[in-house]
Amino acid sequence: MSKVIATSVIAGAHQWVSEAEEALRQAIDQFGPEQAIELPNTGYYLPVIYGLTGIKVEKIKDMEQVLEHARELLPEGPAERLWTPYLGTALDAGVATLFAEEIIESLRYLLQPGFYTETDAPTADNLWLGAADDVIMRERGVEFVDGTAPGFAAITGAAPDVETAVKIAQELKEKMLYVFIAGKNQNTGVSFADQLVEGGMELGWNTRLVPFSPFVSGHIFSLGFATRAALAFGGVQAGDYRNVLKYNKDRVFAFVLALDEVSDKKYATAAGAISYGFPTIADTPIPEILPTGVCTYEHVVSNVPHDEMVARAIEVRGLKVVVTEVPVPVSYSPAFEGERIRKGEYWVELAGPKSAGCEFTEIADDVEDGKVTVVGPEIDDVEEGSTIPLAVHVEVSGRKMQKDFEPILERQGHSFFNEAEGVLHMGQRDTIWMRISKRAHDAGFNFEHLGKIIHARYHADFGEVVDKVQVTINTQQEDVEKLLERAQVAYQERDDRLGSLTDESVDTFYSCILCQSFAPTHVCVITPERPGLCGSYNWLDGKAAYEMNPTGGNQPVPKGVTVDEERGQWSGVNEYVKEHSQGAVEAFNTYSMLENPMTSCGCFEVISCILPMCNGIMTVNREFKGDTPSGMKFSTLAGSVGGGVQSPGFLGHSRYYMGSPKFISADGGIKRLVWMPKELKEEMRDILQKAGELAGVPDLVDKIATEENGTEESEVLEYLTKVGHPALEMDPMF
Amino acid sequence: MSDSEESKDKKKKAEPHAKSIDPAALEMLQKADAAGISTVFSRVDEMKACPIGAAGSCCQLCAMGPCRLVGKNAEEKTGICGATHGTIGARYMVRAIAGGVAAHSDHGRDIAKTLLAVSKGKVQGYEVKDTEKLNAVAALMKISTEGREVNDIAGEVAQRALDNFNGVVDDELTYVSRAPKKRQELWRKLKLVPRGVDREVVESMHRTHVGVDQDADHLLDQGMRTSLADGWGGAMLATDLSDILFGTPKPLVSEANLGVLKEEDVNIIVHGHEPTLSEMIVAAAQDPEVIEYAKSKGAKGITLAGICCTANEILQRHGIPPAGNFLHQELAIITGAVDAMIVDVQCVLQALQPLAEKFHTKLITTSPKAKIPGATHVEFEEERALDIAKDIVRMGIDNYANRGEVTIPQYTGDMVAGFSHEYINYMLGGRYRASFRPLNDNIMNGKIQGAVAIVGCNNPRVTQDESIIYLVRELIKNNILVVQTGCAAHASAKYGLLAPETLEEAGDGLREVCETVGMPPVLHLGSCVDNSRIMTILSHVVEEGGLGDDISDLPIAAICPEYYCEKALAIGTYAAASGAYVVFGVRNPVEDCKEVVDIMSNGWEEKVGGQLVFEPDMKKILEMVLNKIQEKREALGINEEKERVLLDMAARREL
Repeated sequence: MSKVIATSVIAGAHQWVSEAEEALRQAIDQFGPEQAIELPNTGYYLPVIYGLTGIKVEKIKDMEQVLEHARELLPEGPAERLWTPYLGTALDAGVATLFAEEIIESLRYLLQPGFYTETDAPTADNLWLGAADDVIMRERGVEFVDGTAPGFAAITGAAPDVETAVKIAQELKEKMLYVFIAGKNQNTGVSFADQLVEGGMELGWNTRLVPFSPFVSGHIFSLGFATRAALAFGGVQAGDYRNVLKYNKDRVFAFVLALDEVSDKKYATAAGAISYGFPTIADTPIPEILPTGVCTYEHVVSNVPHDEMVARAIEVRGLKVVVTEVPVPVSYSPAFEGERIRKGEYWVELAGPKSAGCEFTEIADDVEDGKVTVVGPEIDDVEEGSTIPLAVHVEVSGRKMQKDFEPILERQGHSFFNEAEGVLHMGQRDTIWMRISKRAHDAGFNFEHLGKIIHARYHADFGEVVDKVQVTINTQQEDVEKLLERAQVAYQERDDRLGSLTDESVDTFYSCILCQSFAPTHVCVITPERPGLCGSYNWLDGKAAYEMNPTGGNQPVPKGVTVDEERGQWSGVNEYVKEHSQGAVEAFNTYSMLENPMTSCGCFEVISCILPMCNGIMTVNREFKGDTPSGMKFSTLAGSVGGGVQSPGFLGHSRYYMGSPKFISADGGIKRLVWMPKELKEEMRDILQKAGELAGVPDLVDKIATEENGTEESEVLEYLTKVGHPALEMDPMF
Repeated sequence: MSDSEESKDKKKKAEPHAKSIDPAALEMLQKADAAGISTVFSRVDEMKACPIGAAGSCCQLCAMGPCRLVGKNAEEKTGICGATHGTIGARYMVRAIAGGVAAHSDHGRDIAKTLLAVSKGKVQGYEVKDTEKLNAVAALMKISTEGREVNDIAGEVAQRALDNFNGVVDDELTYVSRAPKKRQELWRKLKLVPRGVDREVVESMHRTHVGVDQDADHLLDQGMRTSLADGWGGAMLATDLSDILFGTPKPLVSEANLGVLKEEDVNIIVHGHEPTLSEMIVAAAQDPEVIEYAKSKGAKGITLAGICCTANEILQRHGIPPAGNFLHQELAIITGAVDAMIVDVQCVLQALQPLAEKFHTKLITTSPKAKIPGATHVEFEEERALDIAKDIVRMGIDNYANRGEVTIPQYTGDMVAGFSHEYINYMLGGRYRASFRPLNDNIMNGKIQGAVAIVGCNNPRVTQDESIIYLVRELIKNNILVVQTGCAAHASAKYGLLAPETLEEAGDGLREVCETVGMPPVLHLGSCVDNSRIMTILSHVVEEGGLGDDISDLPIAAICPEYYCEKALAIGTYAAASGAYVVFGVRNPVEDCKEVVDIMSNGWEEKVGGQLVFEPDMKKILEMVLNKIQEKREALGINEEKERVLLDMAARREL
């Protein structure tokens, strides 16, 4: 920390803490000390304060002790001459700033209700989203875990002009990074987010351009996100500040881009970020801090030209971003996956509900690598705003290619297409639906590029098994129908094949430790009848991934000797889990949530937990924000399941697992399911119907209570009794 | 006097040399010369060191001798008992080490006894000031702290400390566990683990008695084991328990040299080593009633200053300025401004009393262990500590009126002092990110090439402060972080080298790190017992990772350029036995004992990875140390330009 910076940081921190004290005084005057305070839908209280100190701020009076601590952390600025060391004290001032900012921003929800949209994208009249709730954090967390988002750039201030802002944002997205925006240019009042809007960019969590707040203090939401990553995925206990911060230094590749003038208050905020290992890259000639130590490399790098900022930031943070070169005339990166293309914005709509379509990948002979044929009209042959059919026929060959890999490759088309800017893809198989934006069309994007995307990505991602790829894009009704007919037969065969795979019929399972970049002690074991808890990987995926990359995150796990058939425990699995959880988990039962259940990284689609009075379990999905009969919301439940810890009675799993005959079969199976959110129930209806039938209770689905029947366990019990839910007749759960 | 007698007398005189580089010292020496007053500086010219003893060729362990192994074929000669040069030199070293260890450790024991008394509420003025440190030390001693009263924990910690002296700690000193794992194993393998402080001193005295251990290497192993009982025992306990009782140092601003004395104030100097008394003197001198008393006697106030390590103890914790180092003790009296000099133990010249009699200064001895003929003895008791301290300060105040001519040399150096291993850990990352990582990182990336401790005494046989200051300046210029203790730290303080502004003199890399942290390139770590802090820091640095797995892997060294006493040899030996490259200036006390010289350099390097060597030429010392640091850096492979490691997701999984 240079003395100039330390002086500013400390001065800024004093201002922040005073401001927070003032806000707290005001809130107490207005609402009284007992007033409840929370950020929207999170199980982590005020996450930075909770993560670093373990203090649960639930009422505004709880903030007093936090501010006392912040005050105590505030040092004097360095003396003109004969100064005493200021790095430690300035970093303390930075942490005090974070506490103050979190108090200021959470009180804003109380003092200025409606200031933030509390949505995942801006509304018509409000750009500023405010804090990410746990649903967003977990959804996005998955991307941080699987590497499609290696980190985030926290931007303060504004670029000199709209064009520069758009360029920086575009470049960050191409590097797959999230862009968190808070604060604005103090002189002009313009923020980076305003500039992006003016430049025609779509903002929101889906597009990875996240406008948190017009205030610099809004970057506490960036750090709140980072802190929750450590707690939710890293298994770090709240209050274990050393490990919260180390986790972030090692695993969350974030940095600050300080655009325009850096005020004392911005310096203080940046100092707080440095404790997380997040360096600052500035476009102004502020003093630099180059020696390493608190961050992995430099701490403050300044005077960086705008066209070098992103590259420099990535280097300073020590990040390697591997970007696949795809020969299309639009930007291409996972960061574009979430864009929406609304009616009126697209040039052409392909397949979808108003037309026919399918995607079909198969092994073929005589494949000419790189050949892309468009059969039927090209993009310029169709009128703006039209809807046409589409069949994407991919033929591959390769010495190591197997029939079982076909659906895996095919399903990836969804991401591969979506990652192109201006291309929207939904659904799979015969339910696909695509749109290509006018902007992409104007940039020269055509149907042939769809084939080129497939060709490039198949080689980049599946090069181990695929030698040659050729793609035919059919855009004429009769061709599409012809392929569709053939494809549907293949889809059925594949489903039958998957359905015939049981845990007993194989001797090897597959592990998934992809999440260990984020959750270092968690190990997923994927069996034919139990997909990965994130819902992204089934047994065939694991097998294919292993064959494609024998040293990757998916490894074969020989079952070994059966230890407990009913609970699904095998010696080989135990050994593997013990070794790869660094000894944290000694044994685990595949089919039980009561005894040695599987751990979670934090990416689970749903959580099940026992309801003792009901002699059953409830299941809640991460999108559901309401109360549950367990007395905990999803966000709180998630806090006790993630991070590679075995929590008997709690289980994070995929949605699809609920349809498996092995779903907690040792604990009584699907018949134990007594409560779930209505929305989830409707989405899962078909699967649950089949599972119920298999379990001998054909009307099970309708006997499962939802929030409409109650969110208190006693209310649920009342309902179960009324409808005669089978769980009530079963043996006691424990 | 006959001609022959005159020439004989000349032979005994030493070659005159520059006395000091300190203008304050030179001014006072001029005053002394003019008044015909003798000082340690003049007496050293009057008496040449005995050349036989100086090189380790004299054995006076029994009444068959003393034997001198000099003259033709001296190397082949033996003592009357048959002792070789090697045996005689090794015995000398072991006895000197035992003497030094005894001094530090007796100091440590007294602190432990004070802590025990505090825990029983039997003292006046003391309390546990740093409970965080108490808990940390208790944890290291595997003493539970959960739900216990502070004094309860303190009592057990003190008792465990005393057990370390008495040797009832399972044959292994508690603090051995603080060393890097690999070092502990090496010590165990070589049987160098000390089993009790007193026990090792006793065994050393036994084995060096005539007719016992006669194998130089074997004797020197015992020397190492005894020294380790200091660095990882007595001295380390002295440091830690002092922190518990008086507070762990944090950086503060002060100044040093005779210019800190004030003509219009009552000037009181504390000189010696233990903080127990000086802490109370600090309290007494700040007592409003006592200050009022001073004013009633016509003084403006009370100035308290220190000399030697007692100065360091109260400097580090209270910012009390040192009036100078070891060779300044007489010079302070010569100012005529010192109304009382309060001494306890170690490094107190007997010449002080006759000198004090020429001025008005009242010399007050306080330790039950040390009396000086002619001095006023006021024995210090913990039960009445503060009362006694006030009485002593009042004696100084009463003496103010008796002053004669006062000449205070107007020289002071500014400094920032008060570094402890706890603070260094804190300052590198703040409360939430405290660690040694930034230090390791910057040593690995070469901004800091290494670290050197410049420690120890003054010795009138060499120009005061000259080699210390030369080495400090040259090393920081070469991007080497310097840490200091003892009188060597005072030397740097006097010339302003402990001020953060000294970064202007540092090499680019070191300067950049100093600017980042806000620290001076020369860190004052405290008194001579606080050399144990350096051992703790080195252990932390090893543990932090990236620089090998033992102290002997680190690019570090220690220099004691102006040593004069046995304590210095004890410290140098434990540093070497802990894996450090240690160079002493002045002269080699066992120069004629080639076997011993070889064992302490080559033999120890092979055995424990450290060395103890002697080199009087400061320029050669610099070269030797710089080479050694580069050698260590090469071995660590950190000198090669490394590409920046950029992590992708797979690499993060491997973490």
